[in-house]
Amino acid sequence: MSAPQSIFAKTKIKLSHGNTQSYSHYVQGLILNFILSRLSSAVIVILGVSALVFMLIHIVPGDPVEVMLGESSQPADRDALRQTLGLDQPLMTQLIHYYNGLLHLDFGQSLHSRRPITEVLLDRIPATIELALSGLLVAVVIAFPLGIMAATRKHTAWDSGAMMFSMLGISIPNFWMGPLLILIFSLWLGWFPVSGNDGIGSLVLPALTLGTAMAAILSRMVRATMLEVLGEDYIRTARAKGMSEQVVIVRHALRNALLPVITLLGLQLGTLLGGAVITEMVFSWPGLGQLTIDSINRRDYPVVQACVLLISLSYVVINTLTDLVYAWLDPRIRLSEGR
Amino acid sequence: MSLGIRTGMPLVIVCMWLLMAVLGPFLPLTPDYIELSRILDTPSLTSWLGYDDLGRPLLDRVIAGARFSFYVSILVVSVSVIVGTLIGALSAYIGGRLDHVIVRIIDIFLAFPGILLAIALAGLLGPGLSNVVIALSIVGWVGFARLARAQVLTLKYREHVQAAIVLGAGTSRIILRHLLPLIAAPLIIEATFAIAGIVIAEAGLSFLGLGIQPPTPSWGSMIRDGTRYMLVSPHMVLVPGVALMLVVLAVNMLGDRLRDWLDVKG
Repeated sequence: MSAPQSIFAKTKIKLSHGNTQSYSHYVQGLILNFILSRLSSAVIVILGVSALVFMLIHIVPGDPVEVMLGESSQPADRDALRQTLGLDQPLMTQLIHYYNGLLHLDFGQSLHSRRPITEVLLDRIPATIELALSGLLVAVVIAFPLGIMAATRKHTAWDSGAMMFSMLGISIPNFWMGPLLILIFSLWLGWFPVSGNDGIGSLVLPALTLGTAMAAILSRMVRATMLEVLGEDYIRTARAKGMSEQVVIVRHALRNALLPVITLLGLQLGTLLGGAVITEMVFSWPGLGQLTIDSINRRDYPVVQACVLLISLSYVVINTLTDLVYAWLDPRIRLSEGR
Repeated sequence: MSLGIRTGMPLVIVCMWLLMAVLGPFLPLTPDYIELSRILDTPSLTSWLGYDDLGRPLLDRVIAGARFSFYVSILVVSVSVIVGTLIGALSAYIGGRLDHVIVRIIDIFLAFPGILLAIALAGLLGPGLSNVVIALSIVGWVGFARLARAQVLTLKYREHVQAAIVLGAGTSRIILRHLLPLIAAPLIIEATFAIAGIVIAEAGLSFLGLGIQPPTPSWGSMIRDGTRYMLVSPHMVLVPGVALMLVVLAVNMLGDRLRDWLDVKG
């Protein structure tokens, strides 16, 4: 690779303001611009999401402290909680305190368990990551073969069948899919436990529930991207050279179809994380989703805020990373958007 | 004119959903009437869809539940389409700082994965029909704003828009008369899929106990009640679930057909 680099280094280009610089410097500048612009939008989104989550407690109808402690609570207890949460301060002061707490990863204390919220979250994070990754694995394992099959056998019964499966997957909500799987595989066949997190067996049904909906969307994307790639000239060339259909599909088509699908995969992770909340409730899976709903029911609003913030911020971080990785893999993106 | 099974079937299901929602209140239904002797009765010739754990007829409850899923989805999608389209179209047309700010706001709302923000909003606002509509509308407008903005951005430099500006047309006239008709097709398709999404979201919130409260029947809360009796009475989960799936499937299939007819790229 040294030859092209040295050519770039020697090539001087003239910029619009009259300065000249080497092509490699120019490209480095574009890449830096791209990374900075992506990171700065991520920071703005993170600040905005945090502000919105901060506002959540202020939408509680009436006095949030009274709602949290119950109508029969003592005025002294209410005042104490109001002071602890800073709700007696002006809104701007509250917001500054809140951001300051976030910077130090301090979400305050749970009203229910009296433990620091950061500790409560740390207990629950591994289970949610485990579920989300298994769901993702299920989605990828189902979606890729299905999408490729549908694309390579376009307009056949295989294609219609795959697309019908995908339509069903999109239309069956996970709070019904979960009970259905429990009914068949736990209650009738007795293969897996009904709920809880106890060994690999208990992970199968929640992962299937979470992964199927995503597989449905993903298989459509794989099909569409594969169809686009299969229409390219280089595929015709590969076939004309006498390559076997398998080599054409796997080495030529799939490799080129992978990149756009990976970006879409990053975007779909939001559906996965959102779906995990309900899936965790169906299977009593001890993750962040179950903690969110339990905390809503217990009126432990600081914990609800922390959970929503953590899940959303992890989504923002994953998406920003996907963008950067995609740009790293495909130079066209970073160069065109860096300008 | 023959519609074919791929359009005819979904159309029949959606019409039945609409009829159940509109005519439901006028039918002699007893969704809350308890017959203790029929607790957990399975579906039979005398009780079509069976009875639930309190001895209430599931057929009547499914029909009554259709009403709430229908009205919530139509209301939320209408609010979202109007608010989202206006914000998105104005943002793209006026451009500049306003557009910059609105794009950031859209990005912030889109950073909440899936149904999470609606869950938090409904949870903190408290359960009830109006709070479900508010929570889902606060989340729903964003998709339409993004779509309308993207569409107007590609259209605002067209000759007919420039001609209208030169002739002295105001912003509202240009957006309503010259831009909206051109972006209607993708918005209609998005709205169709949004109806399916809101039906699921409403049922999801009710499943979590954050939506419509008992004894008012909602398909989501019926599924939740059914999960407690799955071993002895699986029909309690199956009946509302099948109704929900059929409606969502039908609306999604119609959306797909509509996209083909209107020739809009997905």
